Amino acid sequence: MVMEIRPIMERSRALEAPPPPSSWREGPSSKSLELYSYIVSLFRRKSFARGVHPDTHKSTAGKPIRRLPYAPRISLPLAQHIGKPAVPLVRPGEEVVRGQPIARADGFLSVPLHSPVTGRVEAIRLHPSASGAWVESIIIHAYASSTQEVLWREPRDMDSLGPEEILAAVKDCGMVGLGGAAFPSHVKLSIPPERRIHTLVVNGCECEPYLTCDHRTMIEHPADLMRGIGYAMRAVGARRAIIGVEDNKPDAVAALTPFLPTDGRVSMEMVQTKYPQGAEKMLIKSLLNLEVPAGGLPLDIGVVVNNVGTLTLLGRLLPAGEGLTERVVTVTGPAVKRPGNFWVPLGTPIRHVLQCSGVLDGDPHPELEVVLGGSMMGQAITSLDTPVTKGVTGILVYDRESVMRETVTKVYPCIKCGECVQACPMGLNPALLGMLAAKRDYDSMSVDYHLADCFECGCCTWVCPSGIPLVQQFRAAKGLLRARAA
Amino acid sequence: MTELRSAPHERLGLSVESIMLNVVLALLPIALFSIWLYGLSALVLLLTSVIVCLATERLFNHLSGQSSTLGDWSAMITGILLALVLPPSFPLWMTAVAAVAAMGLGKILFGGLGMNVFNPALVGRAFVQAAFPSAIATWVPSYAPNRFHEFIPTTLTPPLMIPPDITAWTKAVSADAFTGATPLAMWKFQHQLTAPEDLILGIATASVGETSAMLILVCGLYLALRGMLDWRIPVGMMGSAIALAYAFHLYNPDFFPPPFFVLLSGGLMLGALFMATDMATSPVTPLAVWVYAILIGLVTVLIRYFGGLSEGVMYAILFGNALAPLLDRSLPTRVFGRRKARKVAS
Ligand code: SF4
Ligand code: SF4
Repeated sequence: MVMEIRPIMERSRALEAPPPPSSWREGPSSKSLELYSYIVSLFRRKSFARGVHPDTHKSTAGKPIRRLPYAPRISLPLAQHIGKPAVPLVRPGEEVVRGQPIARADGFLSVPLHSPVTGRVEAIRLHPSASGAWVESIIIHAYASSTQEVLWREPRDMDSLGPEEILAAVKDCGMVGLGGAAFPSHVKLSIPPERRIHTLVVNGCECEPYLTCDHRTMIEHPADLMRGIGYAMRAVGARRAIIGVEDNKPDAVAALTPFLPTDGRVSMEMVQTKYPQGAEKMLIKSLLNLEVPAGGLPLDIGVVVNNVGTLTLLGRLLPAGEGLTERVVTVTGPAVKRPGNFWVPLGTPIRHVLQCSGVLDGDPHPELEVVLGGSMMGQAITSLDTPVTKGVTGILVYDRESVMRETVTKVYPCIKCGECVQACPMGLNPALLGMLAAKRDYDSMSVDYHLADCFECGCCTWVCPSGIPLVQQFRAAKGLLRARAA
Repeated sequence: MTELRSAPHERLGLSVESIMLNVVLALLPIALFSIWLYGLSALVLLLTSVIVCLATERLFNHLSGQSSTLGDWSAMITGILLALVLPPSFPLWMTAVAAVAAMGLGKILFGGLGMNVFNPALVGRAFVQAAFPSAIATWVPSYAPNRFHEFIPTTLTPPLMIPPDITAWTKAVSADAFTGATPLAMWKFQHQLTAPEDLILGIATASVGETSAMLILVCGLYLALRGMLDWRIPVGMMGSAIALAYAFHLYNPDFFPPPFFVLLSGGLMLGALFMATDMATSPVTPLAVWVYAILIGLVTVLIRYFGGLSEGVMYAILFGNALAPLLDRSLPTRVFGRRKARKVAS
C-alpha cells in the first residue's frame, strides 16, 4: 500500500549534493602522489612520542560511500550520546516522516533525535544496545515506500548567525562527535567565557585500523567539510583551523586542497601514520607541539578538536536545517564478503547491514565476532539486533579462524621487556600498573601511577609478548575506583 | 557468535616463546664456535649445563604441581649462557652444581620467569666462583690438536673430587708459550697486551663463549634488528666503558690499556649483549635503562682496574640487576601532560 506522505515543512528539493567529479571517486590516488607524500614525510614528520604501528587494513579506502536499503524496522536508543537521554516527542502508533524530530534534548548535556525513516512508531521499549544492556529505544516500522528524501527541514541562512545561534543550531540537529566519542558537539563547541580558542584542529587522522569512513568523507564531501569547518571556527571564535591527515591518505589531501579557503585560515598538515594519532591529545601534540595538561581539556590550551565526519555533516545539515539521521559506516573485516562504506540510517540493525554486505549469506548464524569501531578500541557486541547509533564508526566482523588466531591462549608472567612502556602514548608504565592490578592495589595505581591518564588506547595490550590483558585490567580498575567513589 | 573479547581485538603477535627462542638461536653460533675452539670438552660442558638447567626447572614444576614451563625456552637460555661464561676446562660435576645454583637460587627462589632479580646464569657463575675458586681460574689454550678426540683432563673429574693439575697437558697441547692467563689477567698482573685481532677473532684465552667479540656482536645485532634486544643497554654499557677507559688511558697511557682492549676483552661483549639485556632483570623506564647500562659499563671498568679480580663484568651486571627495581621506581616515565615525573617512594 502506498502511503500519502504529507511533508510537514516544505516539499523537498533534490537533496543530495551534486556528485563529486569522478576522479575523487576512484580508489587511492596516483602513485606519484603517494611517492611525493612519502618523500615529504621522510624529512618532516609531525608526530607524537611512542605509539604503535598495527597493520592498517584499509582495504575499503577505495570504496565510494554507497547507500544501504532501509531495514524494515529500526530502533533508536534515546541515549546515543554521552549525557542525559533524549525525551520522546512521539507516541506509539504515530506516523513520522524522515527528518522529523522524535525526541528532544533533556538539558544542556543532551541532544535531540530525528527519525531516519518515514513510517510508524511501533513502540517505545527496551531494546539491545552495543553494551549488551537493553535500553529505552523508539522502534519505528519503516514504510516500504519510504523515500530517501528528507521531508522535514528548516533551512537557515547561516551567514547571519552569531556563535550562540550556531551552537543552538548544532544542538538542534542532534550532532555528536562522530569519531566514536558521541559527545554532544554543541557542548564541545561551547567555550567558557574566560577561555580563548586560537586553533580549531580538524581530525582527519582515522588512525584506527580498518576504518575508512572519514577518509572517504574527506574525498567525497570536501565542500561540506570546509563549510562545517567555517561554522565551527565561528562558533568557537578560532582564527585558524588545521586539518591533520595521516600521511597514508595522500588522496584525501589532494581532494581537499582545491577547497581550502584562499584566505589561508584553514591549512592542512600531514602527520605520521601511527596509532593513536587520532587521539585528541596526540594530534594536538603532533600539529602544535602542545601538551594538554593531565586531567585537562584541549580548550585549556586554546584548542578545540573536531572530527572530519562531524564537521562534514554539520556543513551539510546546518544550512539545510536538517537533523542527523544517517552517518557513514565502514563495514569490513575478515568475514565480510562485500566490504565498503555506507550511508547507514541511524537505528538500522547490525544484522541488516551484515546481510547487505554478504556476511550472513547462506548461514544466518555463523560463528562471528562483531565489533563496533576499529580493532584497537572497538566494542564487541552480543546481539545482531543492536542498532547503528551516532557513535558507530565501523562494523568489523571477524570469522572463526581470525578470532582463533588472535585469541591469546597462554598468558605468561610479565617478563619486564618494557615494550608496553615504549608503546604507551601517555608515558605511563603499564607493566607496573599491571602488576599493581594483579595485586589489587588500585589506590597506588591511581595515586602513584596516574591510572586516570590512561585513555584505554590498547597499545600496551597490543604489544605485550606475555599476552597480559593490560588495558582490560585498567578498564576494570577504573570501573572499580569509580564505583568506590560513588 | 563465538567470542566476546574486549579491545584490542588484534595483537602484534610477539610472544614470550618467540623472543626466547630467538635468543636461543642467536646464542647457538656462539656456542658452536666455542665447540670449534675447545672441542669435546666445550660440547659436554654445554650439554651438561643445559640439561641440568632444564631438569632443575622441570623438577621444580613437578614439585610445585605446575605444568611444565620448559616451553618458554628461558631455562634453555640460562643453560647456554651459563656454559658460555665458564672456563672450557671446568669439571662437569661443578658445572652441574653451577646449573642447579643458577636455576634454584637465581630463578626459582624468586618465583620463576619474570620474577627473578638477578640474571640466573650469573648467579650460577658467581656461586661456583666462590665455591671453586681455583677451577674457575684454570684456563686452557684453544685449538688444542686433539680437541675433538679427547677431553681436557679436568672435564671428567669425578663428582666431589678436586680436578687434577693440568699444567703438563696444557704444555703438551699448546704450540707456543701458553701462559694460562686471560688477556685481562695478562694485562693486569703481567702488564702485557693481547693483539686486537686475537680478541676479535677469538683466539685469546677466555671462557667458553667470551672469545670472539665479532661473532657475539653479529648475533646480538640479529636480535636487536628483530626488536628482541634492547639496543640501549649494549650501547650505553659499551659506550660508558669505552669513555671511562679512554679517560684513564689519556691520564696515564703507560699504565692503562687503550679503550679497544677494554671493549674486546673478557666478557664485556657477551655481558653487554646477552646478560645485561636479560629482560626480567633490567629496568623498563627509559631513563632507568640508560642509567642502568651506563652504571654497569663504569663499574666493569672500575673493577677491572682497581678491584682484586681481573674481570668485572659479572659483578657489575649483578650490581646493575640489584639496582634495576630501584631505578625503575625512582626514575619513572614522564606522563604526558604532566610537567615532571613524580618520584614515588619505593
Ligand atoms: S591503554 Fe592506557 S596504559 Fe595502555 S598504552 Fe594506552 S594509555 Fe597507555
Ligand atoms: S609488555 Fe607485557 S611483558 Fe613486557 S613489560 Fe609490559 S606487561 Fe611486562
